[in-house]
Amino acid sequence: MAELVQLLFAGLTTGAVYALVALGFTLIFQASEVVNFAQGEFVMLGGMVTVFAFKAGLPLPLAAALAIAVAVTTGLLLHRLAIEPAKGATVVTLIIVTIGASILIRGLAQIVFDKQFHAFPAFTGDEPFRLLGAAILPQSLWVLGGAAAIVFGLWLFMERTLLGKAVRATAANRLAAELVGIDTRLVLALAFAVSAAIGAVGGILVTPITLTSYAVGTILALKGFAAAMLGGIGNPVGAVLGGLVLGLLEAFAAGWISSTYKDGVAFLVILLVLLAMPQGLLGRRAVERV
Amino acid sequence: MASGTRTKLLVLGSLLLVSLLVPLLFPSPFHLRVAALVWINAVAALGLALLMGLAGQVSLGHAGFLGIGAYATALGPKHLGLDPLASMGLGLVAAGLLAFLVGRPILRLKGHYLAVATLGLGILVHLVLVSEVPITGGPDGIQVPRLELLGWRVAGPATWYGITGIVLLLAAWLALNLEDSSTGRALRALHDSEVAASVVGVDVARHKLVVFVIAAVYAALAGGLFALFNRFVTPDVAGFLRSIELVTMVVIGGMGSILGAVVGAALLTVLPQALTLFHEYEHAVLGLLIILFMVFLRQGIVPGIAGLLTRRRAA
Repeated sequence: MAELVQLLFAGLTTGAVYALVALGFTLIFQASEVVNFAQGEFVMLGGMVTVFAFKAGLPLPLAAALAIAVAVTTGLLLHRLAIEPAKGATVVTLIIVTIGASILIRGLAQIVFDKQFHAFPAFTGDEPFRLLGAAILPQSLWVLGGAAAIVFGLWLFMERTLLGKAVRATAANRLAAELVGIDTRLVLALAFAVSAAIGAVGGILVTPITLTSYAVGTILALKGFAAAMLGGIGNPVGAVLGGLVLGLLEAFAAGWISSTYKDGVAFLVILLVLLAMPQGLLGRRAVERV
Repeated sequence: MASGTRTKLLVLGSLLLVSLLVPLLFPSPFHLRVAALVWINAVAALGLALLMGLAGQVSLGHAGFLGIGAYATALGPKHLGLDPLASMGLGLVAAGLLAFLVGRPILRLKGHYLAVATLGLGILVHLVLVSEVPITGGPDGIQVPRLELLGWRVAGPATWYGITGIVLLLAAWLALNLEDSSTGRALRALHDSEVAASVVGVDVARHKLVVFVIAAVYAALAGGLFALFNRFVTPDVAGFLRSIELVTMVVIGGMGSILGAVVGAALLTVLPQALTLFHEYEHAVLGLLIILFMVFLRQGIVPGIAGLLTRRRAA
């Protein structure tokens, strides 16, 4: 029982981070059909900027705010300088643009920061508490609570605000949205800004547990993408679910089968899903009329 | 990109000319080594160019096949006592078989699902190479025995430059013929309208599968050549970054252009050698270049230049 709870919490904690990355993927994909492989770099920036601002003497909340601002600025720059000029390019070209951007951001981070692993103290101490015999870090609760708050906030924004409705309209039909006067360019810029902020918050929440370095973005982007695919790409609920499922599968695979192949679980699952359920767990089956 | 006999001769002729000129202009062993690497990468990029240009599909894990070819060549002699060349042959078969098994169900789907599947496949191959230390040597890599052909010890940058050059020419010749074959024509028809092509009875999925398997075998061939040439391989050959490099070669050179794949391979192989001068900035510069190329020269170098030439001729 204790082991089960332990693995469950470990899985949900990493799963929450994957879910946030997958959510960022989904937002940008919905607004533009761009698969943004630089998504993981936002998580890296969230963690790294906070670490260095904190070490420079800033209080932690201020350092975190600065990190989110840096990530959002990076996201907006990425949209303005790389995605927008490449408008109308093929999906493959756009994928490569975002991969180029992720290599660039990582390269710059390596110069500006360093190649070491870093962390800052957990928000509310490192003393684990006991739950059904398992030792749970308080920071795990921060990660889970933070992720839940973000998902809820994003839902409110999408359902209740005019801007959120504009985003959904653009996702549903870009041309029709433009015809009714929605500035789809603004919507896309907004999607990049929000995705970057979500990624950065994920990075800030999880850094006290997992540590961070300039290079953590790539594998996070790939796993977040796998999670988004697992849930059915373009579906926010699917993205969150896909992230959590992936995190749990990894934790249980590491605990019960082999920790060596923990990182392979995500990709094995993706292959199996593609072979058996090509539209993802929650994706609708696309029927095309000729 | 219908390739008539004239285009074929033009592509093969220019490749032959360049491969003859390089040793005259840059005779130093270092330069020949880099040039041999260019030819090896070009073989892999060629296969991918066929997949992207003809089948309109992209593989984000193509280095996985590179890794299979390279490690088959390294492991066959060590664990099975096989000849390196025979091991490489086994590697090609294994890569082709894997591509067939994975590609068959996936290529029936629409969209870029192959990209996702290959992405996963590539990372799994890399993970196995890193983790199975007793067999593969793990992250530290593994030695590859020297190739001997009928008592001739194949060694030296000049020899390898010649071998890889010949292999590339053969690979390019085969690729050009494939573009002209029934599969090539079927797939070109599919670019115009997939629906129309399937209505007239083109088995879309089967033709895409053929090209995917060929692309995988090309990559494994490049991997095997690299192992024999370098005499040492690490799991990096199968890494995600290598896959991205391969895709970038194809896109920078010009998607679907045979000559473009070679130009892209040359650029992405030579550039990092030049960039080692800036060591710290290597990654940042590489990322920046990729973005700039994609934004400003979207159709790629070779089609871009060809477009310029025709426009000038028309004016």
